[in-house]
Amino acid sequence: MTEVLIKVGLLAGAALTGAITFTIMDVKGASWMQRRPGPLHVGLRGFIFPVAEILKFIQKEDIIPTEVDRPVFKWAPAYVMVSCVALFAVVPLSPTLVVADLELGVFFALAISSLGTIGVLTAGWSSANKYSLMGGLRAAGQLIAYELPLILAVVGVVIQAETMSLVGIVEKQIEWGVPFVVGGQIVGFLIFMVAATAEMMRVPFDMPIGESELTMGFMTEYSGIRFLIFYISEYMNMFILCAIASTLFLGGYHVPLLPTEWVNFYGPIVLLTKTAILGFILVAIRWSQPRFREDQLQNLAWKILIPASLVNILVTAIMKVGF
Amino acid sequence: MEIFEIVTYFVLLLLITTAVRVVTTSNVIHAAISLVFTLALTSVLFLLLSTEFVALVLVLVYIGAVIVLFLFGIMITRAPLGKNAELDNDKNKKLGAAIAGSIFFLFSYILVNGFDGEVVITSGSSTELLGEILLSRFVFPFELVSFILLAALIGGITLARKDEALIDEDQV
Repeated sequence: MTEVLIKVGLLAGAALTGAITFTIMDVKGASWMQRRPGPLHVGLRGFIFPVAEILKFIQKEDIIPTEVDRPVFKWAPAYVMVSCVALFAVVPLSPTLVVADLELGVFFALAISSLGTIGVLTAGWSSANKYSLMGGLRAAGQLIAYELPLILAVVGVVIQAETMSLVGIVEKQIEWGVPFVVGGQIVGFLIFMVAATAEMMRVPFDMPIGESELTMGFMTEYSGIRFLIFYISEYMNMFILCAIASTLFLGGYHVPLLPTEWVNFYGPIVLLTKTAILGFILVAIRWSQPRFREDQLQNLAWKILIPASLVNILVTAIMKVGF
Repeated sequence: MEIFEIVTYFVLLLLITTAVRVVTTSNVIHAAISLVFTLALTSVLFLLLSTEFVALVLVLVYIGAVIVLFLFGIMITRAPLGKNAELDNDKNKKLGAAIAGSIFFLFSYILVNGFDGEVVITSGSSTELLGEILLSRFVFPFELVSFILLAALIGGITLARKDEALIDEDQV
């Protein structure tokens, strides 16, 4: 029991650290790409900015409007938070440094990540606000559409690795010599990253939040700590999906040519570096690209990504049986 | 073993509470959220029976997709918050109770009589076994089910779609 509690505590801590790191990366990327001086020069060259941000939100009053559906409104951020933190359980930092090496690790990750949608939807509905409702509806349409390519893109990797355990998938890539992204899953990787960006609801897929037209989308009525939970969850989600993508497609805690017997030492550093690189790409996209229109977004999912991922599965299966 | 049994009965108790709440509440969103908890607890029960695959399928398909579509539909059609009086159907309560009771007795009779506490899976992981059985012994029913689902899908699209509107691209 104590062990479980320690693991849960470590999980929450790791999730929060990852999220804060990515927050720093996002604001620093923004200030660097768009010349915003705040996060670059204020307070230890901008590195204590997230602390100020968190303190600000905790101090603020947690306003609950009169017309909202109180229990639903209050608990909506919890679903999002739980789904993000639980995802951390299966990502291996090294062969032994993993909270739970489940036999069905990939499947677990996909199942748990779909829980957050409920939080977003109920938040949008219970706020008794038209902006929130619109944001919730957009979020639902988007999350349903992009969950499919996300799952189908992973199927290719599972076929190639012959296992659903995340440690098993990394071991297979070590055995293979090259990461799966080089060894035939490049299409799967691209589909996964696009769908994951949509799942995070980041630019160019931020229609559900769309601050220029919907104020703050499904988060409009939230303030104080509940808003902070939504806000931090976005970065947690970004961190964890990047980590999962690195594990599935980029070789996880190992890079070719490094000795495998030292993997427990360099594993975490390698995985976090890969995660940070993917995160940086997402930051660069966020601060340089415009937002998709709703119909373009749906067309991309249903007419391009899903057929492409199905073809990817077919080709992978044929290659697997043929060679 | 004892703590395991205590956990199981606790989960069962919670499961019944949330399941009752699904049908007694007159707020349709509250019913949907209670259903989420019911399904999550069912998934925990499957985990306790060490069938991880079924548990995760329950989460992925039912909570992740079906409930989300429920909520989506509710939000589009019944946006106002609050209680819906028409959700209560007092006239058919007795009939409903009779049907629910008979289904319960039928299922428990079949399960107790059919297996009688016999352990079906003795070796290997349940997931591997499930995959092998699905694609060997039960491959025909498996394919049949997917065919029926395809038919339902096409039927749904045919019912929902208005062709005139779709032909005119400007209206889409």
